[in-house]
Amino acid sequence: MTGPLLQVEELHKSFGDLEVLKGVDMTLDRGHKTAIIGPSGCGKSTMLRCINYMERPTQGHIHLDGELFGETQSDGAYKPMNEKGLARQRAHVGMVFQGFYLWPHLCARDNIGIGPMKVRGISKAQANELADAMLEKVHMSHKANEFPERLSGGQQQRVAIARALAQQPKLMLFDEPTSALDPELIGEVLNVIQELAEEGRSMVLVTHEIRFAREVADHVIFLHDGVIVEEGPPKQVIDNPQHERLRAFLRQIVEH
Amino acid sequence: MDAFFTKLMTLGGPLLLGAGTTVAITISALLVAVVLGLALALIRLLNIHPLNWLIATYVEIFRNTPVLAQVFIIYFSLPYLGVNINPFPAAVIGLGLNGGAMLTEVFRAGLNAIHFGQREAALSVGMTPWMSLRYIILPQTWRITLPPLGNYAIALLKDTAVVSAIAAPEIMFWARNLVTSTFETTFVYILAALLYFCLSFPLARLVDGFERRQRAWQ
Repeated sequence: MTGPLLQVEELHKSFGDLEVLKGVDMTLDRGHKTAIIGPSGCGKSTMLRCINYMERPTQGHIHLDGELFGETQSDGAYKPMNEKGLARQRAHVGMVFQGFYLWPHLCARDNIGIGPMKVRGISKAQANELADAMLEKVHMSHKANEFPERLSGGQQQRVAIARALAQQPKLMLFDEPTSALDPELIGEVLNVIQELAEEGRSMVLVTHEIRFAREVADHVIFLHDGVIVEEGPPKQVIDNPQHERLRAFLRQIVEH
Repeated sequence: MDAFFTKLMTLGGPLLLGAGTTVAITISALLVAVVLGLALALIRLLNIHPLNWLIATYVEIFRNTPVLAQVFIIYFSLPYLGVNINPFPAAVIGLGLNGGAMLTEVFRAGLNAIHFGQREAALSVGMTPWMSLRYIILPQTWRITLPPLGNYAIALLKDTAVVSAIAAPEIMFWARNLVTSTFETTFVYILAALLYFCLSFPLARLVDGFERRQRAWQ
């Protein structure tokens, strides 16, 4: 397949009267990593959540792997896709949430296995095998049988990453994956994400960890008030910011 | 002593028969209440305006009127609409509708207690809304609602006594009949109360056990 993996065109999102996204575009090629940074309330999480239609955009379109996402098109008219079709498309996009959202009634292994089992219809044995392989990837094999409440925040987030990986996704979305973690637990999660990045996975990452974004991403988007103010390679955007608002934002982060 | 046992045998027999009916009414009404309550709680999640209003009205009417009045209305008024109904189904429908109203609120609270992120995570792995409900939301709701559900079942078991008023042949119906024919008031009612206790106590222990297990799971 040629062409970019992900295309976001003229994305708008409003909640009632509040326009959170005011027309953003982005393109992600296979194997590339884009980090979205910006002050809280700038719309970066909303932008990420629109990519897999966790939020339905008010305007604009998403293409994943050349396929229109979350909508169908006939005679130039766009119609929302039905839930089945949407679920089928979402299965190709792994998502990691700030709040982990592991399912508390299932052990780590089943948290990972149940999706592929129900969505792709693989057997319980295959699901277990897949889950164990994914747990190994996030260095959590020793906790396969533990329930989420017995795990630390960092461990929970690693299991959540394994759950997303088990989808064998074309694209991984990370929504502030370390913002809910105690400082001493952030490192273990960032390490896992870094390893995935080095495997050449395609990912979009919303983060407050500017240094991490600089290391892992090959493209950085600075979002402010629902528009992209500045973007480019991390060395350019983070080390040599042009826009005053981005400079102010980076200063605050460093002081903090 | 012999006289005591003779009395126990002659009076206990009909009461035991009534206990069978009490259990049958309890289980049937519980089934109606759980199915109705869960269905209505789920429909309320869809947030469709006229349905929401209808369900809320139903809940308020049945929560705020005595169950005895509800059973009477079903048993004595349905025949005017050309529907003749026996005491047993009238009791099950009356208690079931009453319980459905209470359990709608119990299930609604249980469903609302589950963080929206649980559903989002399910959708994100490619589950449909139905799968998310079936495999992620309902198993958790079930665990949350099990203790109040158990308490409701215990209350229901004892509330079935009211349907003796429409001559459903359960424990209290037989007790009253026996009292009228033998005048053994104290003996019969103590025996009846003991029977309720024997049915209710194990159920209460079961509910406690569930609650302890749930605490362990949390």
